[in-house]
Amino acid sequence: MKRSITRLLMAPSVILLLVWMIVPLSMTIYFSTIRYNLLYPGQNNFVGLMNFEFFMTDPGFLPAIFNTLTLLLSVLIITVVLGVALSALIDKPFFGRSIVRVLLISPFFIMPTVNALIWKNMMMNPVYGVFAWISQTLGFEPIDWLSDFPLGSVIMMVSWQWLPFAILVFVTALQSQDTEQKEAAAMDGATSWDIFRYLTIPHLARPIAVVVMIETIFLLAIFAEIFVSTGGGPGYDSTNLAYLIYNQALLQYDVGVASAGGLFAVILANIVAFFLIRAVGKNLTV
Amino acid sequence: MSYLAITELQKYYDSYHALRGINLSIKEGEFVVFVGPSGCGKSTLLRTIAGLESSSSGSINLDGRDITELASSKRDLAMVFQSYALYPHMTVAENLSFALRLAKVPDEEVKEKVRSVSASLQLDPLLERKPKELSGGQRQRVAIGRAIVRQPKVFLFDEPLSNLDAALRVQMRLELARLHKKLGTTMIYVTHDQVEAMTLADRVVILNAGSIEQVGTPLELYRQPNSRFVAEFIGTPKMNLLPTENMIRQENELVFQLGAGEIRFPTARISGPIPSSIVLGIRPEHMSLSEEKGELNGRIELIEHLGSEAYAHIQLSSNQTIIVKVSARSDIKDGQLVNINIDRDEMILFNESDRVISLLAEEVEDV
Ligand SMILES: Nc1ncnc2c1ncn2[C@@H]1O[C@H](COP(=O)(O)OP(=O)(O)O)[C@@H](O)[C@H]1O
Ligand SMILES: [Mg+2]
Repeated sequence: MKRSITRLLMAPSVILLLVWMIVPLSMTIYFSTIRYNLLYPGQNNFVGLMNFEFFMTDPGFLPAIFNTLTLLLSVLIITVVLGVALSALIDKPFFGRSIVRVLLISPFFIMPTVNALIWKNMMMNPVYGVFAWISQTLGFEPIDWLSDFPLGSVIMMVSWQWLPFAILVFVTALQSQDTEQKEAAAMDGATSWDIFRYLTIPHLARPIAVVVMIETIFLLAIFAEIFVSTGGGPGYDSTNLAYLIYNQALLQYDVGVASAGGLFAVILANIVAFFLIRAVGKNLTV
Repeated sequence: MSYLAITELQKYYDSYHALRGINLSIKEGEFVVFVGPSGCGKSTLLRTIAGLESSSSGSINLDGRDITELASSKRDLAMVFQSYALYPHMTVAENLSFALRLAKVPDEEVKEKVRSVSASLQLDPLLERKPKELSGGQRQRVAIGRAIVRQPKVFLFDEPLSNLDAALRVQMRLELARLHKKLGTTMIYVTHDQVEAMTLADRVVILNAGSIEQVGTPLELYRQPNSRFVAEFIGTPKMNLLPTENMIRQENELVFQLGAGEIRFPTARISGPIPSSIVLGIRPEHMSLSEEKGELNGRIELIEHLGSEAYAHIQLSSNQTIIVKVSARSDIKDGQLVNINIDRDEMILFNESDRVISLLAEEVEDV
């Protein structure tokens, strides 16, 4: 009696959550098994795994996977390494520290689209960008970043966007580091570097794990920066999975193949998450 | 001659004057305790010696070398913190060997030293544990062990026992005393607990508001405090301090009137001019209750039984309360009227600025 009432009362939220998840997922699965091209309406016959075959044999497929993983790993490494270094640097009190902190955090508040536009037009433009101006001042040929190093450019933008997040987490974590432990280490003969290496880094293991996991979720689905700046090109040089799916669905009007790509992205995300959590999760239990 | 010499040490935190001209000299192998009320600058002094705080002026010499400006990592001192400050992600063994490994001591030697320290502090079963898997007492042991392995010139302790429960504190206190006997290394120990100071120290340094109030062996401080502050700080229960409003100067005696009683004191014993007002100090064990006449009389307010002895709190008719040590078996009752006899040779007199008035010995010459 009592149990059935509990179940009854819980039912609405459980059902809502189920519907919320199941409906889009099953629709995606359904779409991925039928022929569903907006250019040929009405011809929605069952095609089995053909959409998957199309997606995986697409010339953009392998580059997209490669680019997705390169983007993910590069940005993770850049933000974690630079984030730890910068946070440690601004951990000691100095004149104007609070202003420096605000400045370091502020890129996080800029929308991805705006971020990409700033980098594309103000920084990387080969004619009037800041980088071009620097190159010319130093007497070098300006680099056309977006066409010569498309993926590198995207990595730069995304790192700039996500570095503040890492710094925010690390600065907070550093403030919770026990000063007496550092003093004890100093008395034990440790230099600043020894303290950083043997006390600060292990202290940051958990925050690093958190940053890696959260960033992974967002970095696997980077889209706006690519869309605004390189458009996935030249060729497939800066196309990632998210952009490839968009390409299929909206540029080639093939919802079926796009759905298959979406499912593939879910699988890839799970594989990446599995390895990352295994690698990083060890630190979480320390 | 002196191993650690502190000269005219001053320390300011911005405008706050935390150390006001400290002069102190410590001999090699001495166990020195800094004691004083909370906030008097004990930790600041210790941390300045350690090099964790910079001094504003003055100098510190260790073993013939000026270390005032030396980084703490180069001073060859070891410190045990109140919070223990163990390295949380290292095992006990790693904690113990950290300093040695930094100093690039050969592996074999590190192992040998860690082994001998862990044996002497009974840490063997704990070596592979992390600090958070240890009890407070065990952490304390590891912290002490970490200091010992390095064989530093001086050990510094900042209230190391204050996070332990009472029983463990007494036990660790004994172990520290034993350790000092065994190692013979110079130790400086900070505490606000005068019992720890009295039991551990070769010499006690009493600090008050950033200055040294008095330095001496525990017994010297107990028997010859040179100020009211020291007299009150050392000893439990506290020394009785009786401000005397009515002091009558007679020909060769001072008569202090306290309620219905009076204490007579020969003027001849006071060297120098006689102050206008005097505070009498007398320890509870230097008074006794009597059936017949006594110098003072009052009513028993309550009796504290400590087992081997008891303390009677007695209210004088002048409304002052004094504490008298009595035998544990005495049959006095609350509310009873009693007479109090005072051992005048043990009395200590303080002048209006709370300094001790130096007294000449009367007949007995043991002061
Ligand atoms: N970092 C600091 N900044 C400002 N004032 C401090 C600092 N550390 C200690 N003080 C002040 O100096 C005085 C002595 O402190 P401390 O040496 O810690 O006292 P204690 O004798 O209790 O160990 C205290 O009044 C404290 O408020
Ligand atoms: Mg203190």
